[in-house]
Amino acid sequence: MKKVYANERWCLGCGLCKVYCRTAHSSTKDIIKAHKLESPRPVERLHIETGDKINFALQCRHCDDPKCVQSCITGAMQKDPETGLVFNETDRCVGCWTCVLVCPYGAIVRDEGKKKVAAKCDLCAQMGEPECVKHCPNNALVYEDRGEE
Amino acid sequence: MSLQLNWPDYLVERDENKCIQCEVCAKQCANEVHKLDPDTGKMVSDDMKCVDCHRCVTMCPTRALKIRVNDLEFKPNANWTSSAIKEIYKQAASGAVLQSGMGNPKPYPVYWDKMLINASQVTNPSIDPLREPMETSVFLGRKPAKLEFNPDGSLKTKMPPQIKLSVPIMFSAMSFGSISGNAHESLARAATKLGTLYNTGEGGLAQEFYKYGPNTVVQVASGRFGVHPGYLNAGAMIEIKIGQGAKPGFGGHLPGQKVDEAVSRARMIPVGSDALSPFPHHDIYSIEDLRQLIFSLKEATNYEKPVCVKIAAVHNAAAIASGIARAGADVIAIDGFRGGTGSAPTRTRDHVGIPIELALASIDQRLREESIRNEVSLVVAGSIRSSADVIKAIALGADAVYIASAALIALGCHMCQTCYTGKCNWGIATQREDLVKRLNPDVGAERLVNMITGWKHEIDEMLGGMGINAIESLRGNRLMLRGIGLNQKELDILGIMHAGE
Amino acid sequence: MLKEGQVRIPSGCAISGILSRKGECFSGETIIKSIELMHDRSNGLGGGFAGYGIYPQYSELYALHIFYNDLTAKASAEDFINRHFDVENAGKIPTRRVKGIDDSPLIWRYFVSPRQFKLQESELDEKEYVARCVFRINGEIEGAYVFSSGKNMGAFKGVGYPEDIGRFYMLETYDAYLWTSHGRFPTNTPGWWGGAHPFTLLDWSIVHNGEISSYDANRRFVEMYGYKCTLMTDTEVITYLFDLLIRKHGMTLKEAVDVVVAPFWSEIELMDEKDKKRFDAIRAVYASALINGPFSIILGFSGGMMALNDRSKLRSLVAAEKGDNLYVASEEAAIRIVCPTPYSVWPPSGGEPVIGLVEGKK
Repeated sequence: MKKVYANERWCLGCGLCKVYCRTAHSSTKDIIKAHKLESPRPVERLHIETGDKINFALQCRHCDDPKCVQSCITGAMQKDPETGLVFNETDRCVGCWTCVLVCPYGAIVRDEGKKKVAAKCDLCAQMGEPECVKHCPNNALVYEDRGEE
Repeated sequence: MSLQLNWPDYLVERDENKCIQCEVCAKQCANEVHKLDPDTGKMVSDDMKCVDCHRCVTMCPTRALKIRVNDLEFKPNANWTSSAIKEIYKQAASGAVLQSGMGNPKPYPVYWDKMLINASQVTNPSIDPLREPMETSVFLGRKPAKLEFNPDGSLKTKMPPQIKLSVPIMFSAMSFGSISGNAHESLARAATKLGTLYNTGEGGLAQEFYKYGPNTVVQVASGRFGVHPGYLNAGAMIEIKIGQGAKPGFGGHLPGQKVDEAVSRARMIPVGSDALSPFPHHDIYSIEDLRQLIFSLKEATNYEKPVCVKIAAVHNAAAIASGIARAGADVIAIDGFRGGTGSAPTRTRDHVGIPIELALASIDQRLREESIRNEVSLVVAGSIRSSADVIKAIALGADAVYIASAALIALGCHMCQTCYTGKCNWGIATQREDLVKRLNPDVGAERLVNMITGWKHEIDEMLGGMGINAIESLRGNRLMLRGIGLNQKELDILGIMHAGE
Repeated sequence: MLKEGQVRIPSGCAISGILSRKGECFSGETIIKSIELMHDRSNGLGGGFAGYGIYPQYSELYALHIFYNDLTAKASAEDFINRHFDVENAGKIPTRRVKGIDDSPLIWRYFVSPRQFKLQESELDEKEYVARCVFRINGEIEGAYVFSSGKNMGAFKGVGYPEDIGRFYMLETYDAYLWTSHGRFPTNTPGWWGGAHPFTLLDWSIVHNGEISSYDANRRFVEMYGYKCTLMTDTEVITYLFDLLIRKHGMTLKEAVDVVVAPFWSEIELMDEKDKKRFDAIRAVYASALINGPFSIILGFSGGMMALNDRSKLRSLVAAEKGDNLYVASEEAAIRIVCPTPYSVWPPSGGEPVIGLVEGKK
C-alpha cells in the first residue's frame, strides 16, 4: 500500500506541509481563505517533530493492526479492506478521543470545529495525491509503496 | 555608542491580505529578518538584516512577500553614487577591507551582448539538429604536431592523455568550504551524468567524492590545501590555479566561520582558522618555475593526466598564455574579471582584471601567430551565462567553457552576493548543517543536468543554423560573429567585423 | 566594391573532371563540352580549367601562369622571378577574342626552375621554395597574381562562362591526360580574374562547388603553418589543407581524406578498437581541419584526381567509368555528353572519395 514516508535527512522543519494539509481539508480549498476566512480554521493532520538537527513530518501510519480502529467505541474508525486506508467515518464519530490517546504516534488530532470529531491523515483521498508530498520544497516526503500493509 | 551611518539596502514588503502567519519566512531566514510578533499576532520584518536572497519570497505559500531595493535617495550625483558614499561609512566605522561575494556587478561593457551570431541562408544550407547528426564533443589535452599511421591503418603516433567531453561545458572551480558538500555532490553527480567534469576548487577532496574521480578536475592552488599523491591521482585532470578572475593576483579566501570539521579535514587545516591562500605560489616566481611544477605533477601521476593551468585575465594575458603553453601545460584556463567568488575584497573584484571576451580573442590570436594554438586546449570562464555565450566563446577560439555562477543559480542561488557570511539560505555557500540540508543533491543534480541539457539543445540549434554539424568547425571561426555597437579598436581586438559588413 | 581577398564571396557552381588512367592525353575541347552543358549552373562571373600533361616539352620546369593588372606589376614580378628562378622560356599565354570575355588582365607564363644558389641558401626543399615564392609575389607585389605554379600542368581561368573562357584560352590546342573545370555562380560581382577556380598551389588544383561553414576555423588553422589565405575563398583553404596534410605532414591521400571528412561520432562508436583509436586521434588533433558545410571538390594532382563530397552529401556529384577513363561531374548529363555509354555510373556517398590514379606516376 502506498504511504507517506518522511526523509529526515532533508526535512527543513519549514511547516509548509501543515499549510497545505489544512488547505486540502478546508471547504474552499483556497490557501488564503482556508487560513484567514474559514472559521473554524481547518486542522492539519500531521505534526513536525523537531530535534537537535533533525526534523521530520509525522502523520498517520495506516498501521496493519490499527490501535485506533480497535479502540473506537462506535466503529467510526475503520481500515478499508481493499485500499488499506484507515479513515474516520465522521457521521458515527462521537468525539470521545479514545483514538487520540491510543495512537502510538500521536497522529490523531481533535477537530473541534463544528461537530467534535477525530481528524487524521487520509492520504488526501479526495485530492488524488497527498498534498504534503506534492508541496514539500525539499523532497523530504515521498508517497510510495514499501511493501508494508 | 556613536551614530551608525547605516540604513537598510532592501525593504521587505508584505501583503497583509495574503499573509497567513504560517511563519515559514521566519523559520527559513538565516539572517533572522522575520518573526511573529506575539502581541499583534502579525509577522514583522527587520529590513536591516535582509540581503535580498529571496528565500522567504520563494517559500511563502501565498506569495505575500516582495523585496525591493531601498530607494532612499541622495541628491542625484553621477560621481558620488549612493553605494560609494555608503562604502565610506562602512570603512569609517570598521577600518576593514570591504568584502563581497560572486562576480563584478559594475556596469562595464558585456562584450557577449555586443556580438551577433550568423546563420546560413541560400548559399549554404542550415542543418536541422532533429534530423541530422549534430556533434558537440570536444577533446581537451595536448595535441601532437601531426599524426602518423602504420601501413595497416592503425595509429602510430602516441597520443598524450585526452579528456573527451560530450558538451564543451564544464563546472568551474568552487572550493569545498566556499560551497557546501551537498553543492559539490550535486555538481559531481551532474558532471558524471552529463559526461563532463567538475572542479574541486582549492578545498581538497573528501574521501567520499573519490568515486566521482573520472569526472573530477583536482585543483592545486597556492595554499596547496589537501594536496597529496592520492588526491592528484583521484582526478581526471589536474589544474594549477595561478589566479582567478574575481581577484587577480590574490590567493583564495575562506573566512574562519566557514571552516567546520569536514572542511578542516579536506583542507588539512584547523577548524575555525581563516584559510588564506598565499598570493603567489611560493614555488612559482617565474615561468620556468611553473614548468617545474607542471612536470612534478605529471611525474606524480605517471603522465596519465592532462595538466591545466588557470590564470586570471589580465593585461598581458596573451604573453602569459604563450609562456604557459611552452611551459608544458596541456590546457590553459582563463578566468575573466566577471568571475564569481565566495569572498573577495570588493575593490579587487570590481576593478582588477579584464573581460574574458577580449582576453580570449587576443590569446587565441597570439597562440595562432606563434603557430602553437593547435597544441593546447583553451577553456574560458567569467562569466558564461547562457548557450549563446558558449557559442560566441567557441567562435572566438575557445575549446570549452567553465561555468560556476550559472551552475549555482541553477541550484537556487539568487545572487545576493553575501556568500562570505556563511549564511546562504539556499544551502549553497554555507557549512551550517541546517542550511546545507536545504540543497538536496537529488534535486540539485537534476537541475544542473536540466540546464546543461537545455543549453546543449540550444547549441545544436545555433550550430545547425550556421550550417555546421560538428562543433570543432566553429572553433576560432570568427567570421561567424559580427560586432554591434563596438568601436574599431574593440572590433580589431575581437577579430570580428561589424554587423552589416 | 571589395574584391576577393578583401571580402569573402560565397558562390554556387558546376564542376567536371576527366582522367585517363593510362595517361593518354586528349584535347581540351572535351572538357569544354562537358562544362558547357552545365551552363545554367554558372552566371558568367567565373570559369576555369586545369590541365595536366600539357607541357611535355617543359615537363621538368615549373610553369608559372601570372595575371598582371598593368606593366608596372609585370616589371616588379619579373624582377622577383629573375632573382629567384632561371627562366627557360616566357611569353603571353595565347588567347583569342571571345564575345562575353572583356577586361582581361595581362596573362603571361614562365617556364622556370629555382636558381640553385638561392635554393641552397634557403635550405628549403624545392617545392617549399617555389610555394613561398608564389606567396611572396601574390602577397607583396601589387597587381600581380600567380594563378598556376605546377610542373607540366596549368590552370586557365577568368571572368566569364567556362566554355567562353575555354575558347578564349584556345584549350582545344592543348592535350592533357587530366582535365578539371569549373563554372561559377558568385553572389557578387568580383570583376577579378584571380577569384575564379581552379585554385592551385604547385601541382595541386582544386575546383569546388559549395560553401564551407568551417572556413574561418580552417583558415586560422592553416595560417599557423605559413600559408596566407589571400583570396579568402573556400577553394584556397581546401587546397592548403591538402598541401599541409600530404606534403608537409606526409600523409597519403586516403589519410588526408579521413581527416577532412572524418566520420561522425556515431559511426566511430561502432568501429573496432584499432579504427576507433585512429579516428579519435584524428578528430582530436585535426579538429580544425575538418571541412564542414556543403562541398563537392575535385582535387587534381600530377598522379591523378580525387573527387570528394561532404559527410552529409549536400552537393551533387556523379562518377562514371569507361575503359581507362574516369569521369566526375556535378551532373550525369555533363558526363554523358562526352561519354554517351559509360560502363558504370554512380553517385559517390557523402565522405567517400573517388580516386583515379595514373599508371606509372607517383
